[in-house]
Amino acid sequence: MYENKRLGFLFVLPFVLGVLLFKLFPFVMSFALSFTQYDVMDPPVYVGLQNYRELALEDPLFRKSLGVTLTFALLAVPLRVGFALFVAHVLNFKMRGIAFFRSAFYLPSILGGSIATAVLWRFLFARNGLVNGVLGMLGIEPVAWLADEHYSMWTIVLLFTWQFGSAMVIFLAALQNVPEALYEAAEIDGASRMQQFWRITVPLITPVIFFNVIMQMVHAFQEFNAPYMITEGGPLSSTYVLALYIYDQSFRFFNFGYGSALSWVLFAIVAGLAGLSFWSSRYWVFYAGEKETRR
Amino acid sequence: MNTSAANPVAMGENRGAAWPRYVVLAAVSLLMLYPLVWLVGATFKSNAEIFTEVGFWPSHLDFGAYARGWKTSTEYTFATYFFNSFLITIPRILVTVTSCVLVAYAFARFEFWGKKWLFAVMVGTMMLPLIVLRLPQYLMFRELGMLDTYWPLILPSAFATDTFFVFMLVQFLRAIPRDMEEAAMIDGCNALQMLLFIIVPLLRPAIVSVIVFQFIWTMNDFMGPLVFLASVEKYPVSLALKMSIGATEEVEWANVIAISVVALIPSVAVFFAAQRHFIEGAAAGGIKG
Repeated sequence: MYENKRLGFLFVLPFVLGVLLFKLFPFVMSFALSFTQYDVMDPPVYVGLQNYRELALEDPLFRKSLGVTLTFALLAVPLRVGFALFVAHVLNFKMRGIAFFRSAFYLPSILGGSIATAVLWRFLFARNGLVNGVLGMLGIEPVAWLADEHYSMWTIVLLFTWQFGSAMVIFLAALQNVPEALYEAAEIDGASRMQQFWRITVPLITPVIFFNVIMQMVHAFQEFNAPYMITEGGPLSSTYVLALYIYDQSFRFFNFGYGSALSWVLFAIVAGLAGLSFWSSRYWVFYAGEKETRR
Repeated sequence: MNTSAANPVAMGENRGAAWPRYVVLAAVSLLMLYPLVWLVGATFKSNAEIFTEVGFWPSHLDFGAYARGWKTSTEYTFATYFFNSFLITIPRILVTVTSCVLVAYAFARFEFWGKKWLFAVMVGTMMLPLIVLRLPQYLMFRELGMLDTYWPLILPSAFATDTFFVFMLVQFLRAIPRDMEEAAMIDGCNALQMLLFIIVPLLRPAIVSVIVFQFIWTMNDFMGPLVFLASVEKYPVSLALKMSIGATEEVEWANVIAISVVALIPSVAVFFAAQRHFIEGAAAGGIKG
């Protein structure tokens, strides 16, 4: 039965149609639209590279937004992945209560993406909110988290980091596959816990680190809910990420052409960074069971 | 799985190092969960109290904020918005499970033309930023006359476009030996019977994960409804919440916090009901979020 190619294709057909209709077609359409000027009133007009020229040369808001997005990703991705690895490492241990901690740490990842959480986050970082209250108890001056352009970025970075649960469970699964014998051998050779972590654990889970970094990067570059709800892109555009700018251009100002060009720039950056990671992975990602001669 | 687990010497060593781990874990838990606890406490507080108290315990227990938040400043209550959310979520879960199981079954078991290539496309689309597709999808659904309906939020899922779930199910199915299926084939089972009576029961734990994830993600989805829906009476909870913040100038903070807390209840409930499956599924598929 499983050799029946027609039957197999029949089962996979929904996906083929879905990809063509809802992924590939919009994807190509977006590329085509990026070379047009198009608004609600008039049909699209071909303008060549003008949208790209405009955003590269004449749009300070784009430059600002690009910088904000890169800063966000550069802060948020290492923080989330690093914290996830740290907590997974602490959790990877035979002890009571693991299940409780695992669930507790996963909970924010369930709630994190929701608007409700973004609303709540605003209160935590309000001028008289919980965060400043705790800082006050430690004798630190209150910070205008949401109103000061130097700090606003941290509110959304911290929300992103707070949701480290999904990366954590993936790390945890990987850590449990590291053979215990390696640690025992290292112990006999007198390696410290620190050395064991860096010389055994980290090299053996590089494929998973790689996976987590790529996936989290894709998410970070698309972050929308938090800056939209918590800081509204402000103050002074200090949290005006590209996803917000794309949304505004496309659905508030109805510049469909320019919005498409912006989203293609975002896509190019993500694809470029993913490509770069894949290329670099041959130098730092170690796949157990593969020969040294891998090219 | 772990050879040293039964070794009393290794266990003894572990016990010596356990308490610092508990300290770290307790500290992280506090950091992670205290904000949530504090916010639940805040729903019982007055505006003045919210902004001066670091402790979470309110001075009095008043559920008024919940009642006022539930009523909203619009003509609809949150009952409407919750109903709308379920009206999107439940059909979406049904079509997601159906389409993803079919496609995953094909990928995991069948041979067909272009299989490797299609599988690569599937994995690739997991990395495609959704935001690139939003605008063209909006224009497509406008042509189809489906704007301001729930179709744009449900229809794509009927075609297994939530490829993450397909991937998770494929991984799960690949790990299951084919003995049962081979026996069934000898007994003359056809493809449909195989799917319904063998594959679906085998996949049950993974299907639970799909249901839970899709429930929570759809409840959380904000940008989709924001782009595709226009009339307030069709708003799901996420959009209604956004509106409740923007609507009034002098916001009763407790009301807004209270209704946000209520909005999180379905997801939290589903999470705790299915957490075992759920977290294992997350690890198996290597998840988003």
